[in-house]
Amino acid sequence: MASASIEEKIERGAGLATADGGEPKAEYGFLEEVRSIPGGEGVDLCIQCGTCTGSCPNANEMDHTPRELIAMIRAGMRDQVLSSNSMWYCASCYLCTVRCPRGVKYTDLMYVLKNLAWQSKMAKRGNRPLAMARSFVDVLNRFGRVHEATMLGVYYFRTNPLTALPLAPIGIGLLTHGRLPLFPHRIKNQAQLQTIVRKAQELGGISQ
Amino acid sequence: MKYIYYPGCSLESTGISYDRSTRAVCRVLGLEMEDLEDWNCCGSTAYFAIDELLSLCFSGRNLALAEGQGGDLVAPCSACYTVLHKTNRYLKDYPDVRAKVGTALAAGGLSYHGGTKVRHLAEVILNDVGLEAIASRVQRNLHGLKVATYYGCQLVRPDVGFDHPEFPQSLGTLVEALGGEAVKFPLMSRCCGGGLIMSEEQIALGLLNKLLRSATDNGAQVMIAACPLCHLNLDAYQGKVNRKFGAQYNLPVLYFTQLIGLALGIDPQALGLDKNIIPATELLAAYV
Repeated sequence: MASASIEEKIERGAGLATADGGEPKAEYGFLEEVRSIPGGEGVDLCIQCGTCTGSCPNANEMDHTPRELIAMIRAGMRDQVLSSNSMWYCASCYLCTVRCPRGVKYTDLMYVLKNLAWQSKMAKRGNRPLAMARSFVDVLNRFGRVHEATMLGVYYFRTNPLTALPLAPIGIGLLTHGRLPLFPHRIKNQAQLQTIVRKAQELGGISQ
Repeated sequence: MKYIYYPGCSLESTGISYDRSTRAVCRVLGLEMEDLEDWNCCGSTAYFAIDELLSLCFSGRNLALAEGQGGDLVAPCSACYTVLHKTNRYLKDYPDVRAKVGTALAAGGLSYHGGTKVRHLAEVILNDVGLEAIASRVQRNLHGLKVATYYGCQLVRPDVGFDHPEFPQSLGTLVEALGGEAVKFPLMSRCCGGGLIMSEEQIALGLLNKLLRSATDNGAQVMIAACPLCHLNLDAYQGKVNRKFGAQYNLPVLYFTQLIGLALGIDPQALGLDKNIIPATELLAAYV
């Protein structure tokens, strides 16, 4: 059983787990990686009380609950953490963050994990929240503002165009109520924004 | 006090009635708002998921432009508000991040010195205008109207101190100042699913069902929201919730600015009330 073996690996401690069950990787390597990224330092504070999991509206949909996720980070289980769906089901409601008795800013940590999963290409195929985020970014980089129609077009092209059909009544409803513009609003100084984006891309991400 | 208005992308599309009602209500309340010149998207939760540094630069451009214009930056969208707030927090807490964002902004000829205060529209209206001033301008008392006050998540969380993060009261006191009744609504600050409505619709519909049930079980005739994404989910997806859960919700969802506008005697059309998917016209006929 996959979940049983993960529990077992957490019990056995840091650095002993790899995705294929093979040789241990560098001990604490993943923990160091996460804690070195702004927003990731909170993993050190966790006392495994589970308040985050009890508060999370989507914990029941996650491969690993929020509490378990921190235990896995500490156990060096990079592959299992970054390939899981857990962070992608975080809706950024911040309930865990305001309730954590140790002050872990868990929502910030979820973003750290999303960034790592995408940038290290560990996210599983068919990850829809990731596909949506990528479509969103594509539209922003082009127009500087969101354009829902373009974004959804890119998203459904990227995932499964057929799944767009059940959305048609909602789209038509919004359209007839003047809430779904056909043409994008662009910012005027797009050149400036793109210069900023290009420069930021040279700087190697948020981690040191 | 000078206010710089940051509508955010949703208020140009799905949340257009939030923009209209905000402008109309601010005019009547004497809140002078100057638009942020050539603003761009805040980056939202989605850009943060892909690349936090780029997202902070998107947000940082807005903060820098606002600093140039001088004044408090007012966001009606709770997601914009939280993202802009988070950007200020990261730039303050992490010197290396501040240096990188500074370098990127400088390439575009901008600089930001951390001086832009980010505020949510609801907080500005409640604290700077105040309930007394609003109540004194009420033309149509909303007596008898039972309202579920929905705060959603990012108006009161994570760390902004505007109201209690789980059981806030401010919108309730606003409803009462307008003459209406704020019904008990235990899930007032629980999640609507947010952006997951697009990619993981089934999960979001389940959360919406809980919110709608909590509001209607407590006798609400109308719900108010302070975020365009909450509003979109609760209004446009209510039919889908009904089909999935065999429910018969027919609960109009208004922006809190629309409710204020009605009480102030502003024309419903000017408040964008005709743009609701779940129509509010019949219910509110007594008040217009």
